[in-house]
Amino acid sequence: MKERVRPLIIGAGPAGIRAAEALVDAGIKPVVVDEAPLGGGQIYRQRIVPDERTARDLYGSEAGKATALHKTLAGLQDRIDYRPRTLAWNIRDNIADVMTDGRGGRIPFSHVILSTGATDRVLPIPGWTLPGVFTLGGAQIALKSQGCAIGEQIVFLGSGPLLYLVAWQYMKAGGHVAAVLDTAPLSAKFHLLRGLLLYPGIVVRGIRYVADLMARGVKVRFGIEPVRIEGDTQVKGLVWRDRGTDHHIACDAVGYGFALRSETQLADLAGCQFVFDKRDRAWQPVCDGAGRSSKPGIYLAGDGVRISGADSAELAGERAGLALIEDCGFPVDKVRIEVLERRLNRVQRFRGILEQAFPFPESLVRSLADDVLLCRCEEVSIGNVRSSAQKFDITDLNRLKALTRVGMGRCQGRVCGSGAAEILAHASGRSLEDVGRLRSQPPIKPLPLDLSSDGEAA
Amino acid sequence: MALLKRLVRQNYPEVPFTLDGVSCVGRSGDTVLTAVLTHADRLRHSDFSKSPRAGFCQMGSCQDCWILTADGRRIRACATILEPGMTLLTGLE
Repeated sequence: MKERVRPLIIGAGPAGIRAAEALVDAGIKPVVVDEAPLGGGQIYRQRIVPDERTARDLYGSEAGKATALHKTLAGLQDRIDYRPRTLAWNIRDNIADVMTDGRGGRIPFSHVILSTGATDRVLPIPGWTLPGVFTLGGAQIALKSQGCAIGEQIVFLGSGPLLYLVAWQYMKAGGHVAAVLDTAPLSAKFHLLRGLLLYPGIVVRGIRYVADLMARGVKVRFGIEPVRIEGDTQVKGLVWRDRGTDHHIACDAVGYGFALRSETQLADLAGCQFVFDKRDRAWQPVCDGAGRSSKPGIYLAGDGVRISGADSAELAGERAGLALIEDCGFPVDKVRIEVLERRLNRVQRFRGILEQAFPFPESLVRSLADDVLLCRCEEVSIGNVRSSAQKFDITDLNRLKALTRVGMGRCQGRVCGSGAAEILAHASGRSLEDVGRLRSQPPIKPLPLDLSSDGEAA
Repeated sequence: MALLKRLVRQNYPEVPFTLDGVSCVGRSGDTVLTAVLTHADRLRHSDFSKSPRAGFCQMGSCQDCWILTADGRRIRACATILEPGMTLLTGLE
């Protein structure tokens, strides 16, 4: 009976690994595909080769969780069909199209758990395409996975918990942090006091990061507005506005981002229904508390559904695994399910507080100049989008894509999509919900034209 | 000027490659992105305005870090491990 259940898990981060563990515990052998050569996801990303740093150096306070997750995956190797370096680039009826090391394949499945994670949410600002500007997540990966700093004098800009974490990690690793510039006002941070009751450890750690940065003389500013990143062929400086006054700082690198956005393309291709999520300011796949999507057999877990963080992803992965087991008619531990759901609810309450402490900079959307590039791939300017929206009365993101090529390039709108939605909503006087979301297209990432095929990779 | 500053693996085994015909040395464990950007300030030039680009997300999502190889392939620098003898081109004379 259990042999006929052939689940596929896409993504081997916190959610995917915990989902795989739950299935294996129930005697089911899933296929696990992951784009990275080593599991852990982006948050617990592993180095390609060991270096002189310890797990504590790499993952800080989360070293225990990272190590535990890596150990779990290593322990599962013989009991799962693990396929690293594998991109799932399409999902159709019970088949995933994949590519491993340049070779194509198809993986049939009875059920699928999508744990596709998240990437940085960004808004276009003047100079953001200059070499030396990386997302906050990218800056963190350079340090964590490659042991490189993104520059000699680094400014961290944007908002969200990652802003302070990455700046602090750079400082600890011996990088020179020139400034931390938060678009959210200091007053918003008082919301975190309510978070103290839910997760005192996390809040206190966050405060310590800021205190440590300030104690080392790092310029930390709240409630600022980014004006421009300067430079000709690479970053040379940055200008920001603080209560009406422009300030300049010399730097050769910028880490930039406004919290995260979910990777939802595979859920879209799988035919899942979407719903607008006010907190994440995005259309997200419909998902119940157990990880069930709107389509039978398709489960969702982690930041790919809704931005909730790594701890939540571990819980949600396990919960989705248990839902799958339950739906196949096998027994599950009801007490464990209750514990998971209680903890997941608690995280959601905390995420609401974080969103208030690091609000999205809505006013920035209105003040961005027309000549700023919005779509990095197709090099479409904000002005082009605004004037097209007016001239052709565009109120829908897919119409905008058809007319301006925004989101049509190699990244398929991963980078510009959320910014494009914000700018179109403002330009057309519609709500974010009304302008909709970019339809996903296979392949979700570029493939080589000479993709050779092994046929069914089963 | 190099963008990235290497903090670890300074003395790891050398991995030779060329960038625009110039001999360079990366270190074992480098991605192509790390190897190139510890020597140079760009990976490629954008499709339309030909402005320099050096990657953005470093996690295989943004597709900004493509680099050309002398045999005509386009590889994603952040997700490709550096191999000895790679011949990489930033694509502009």
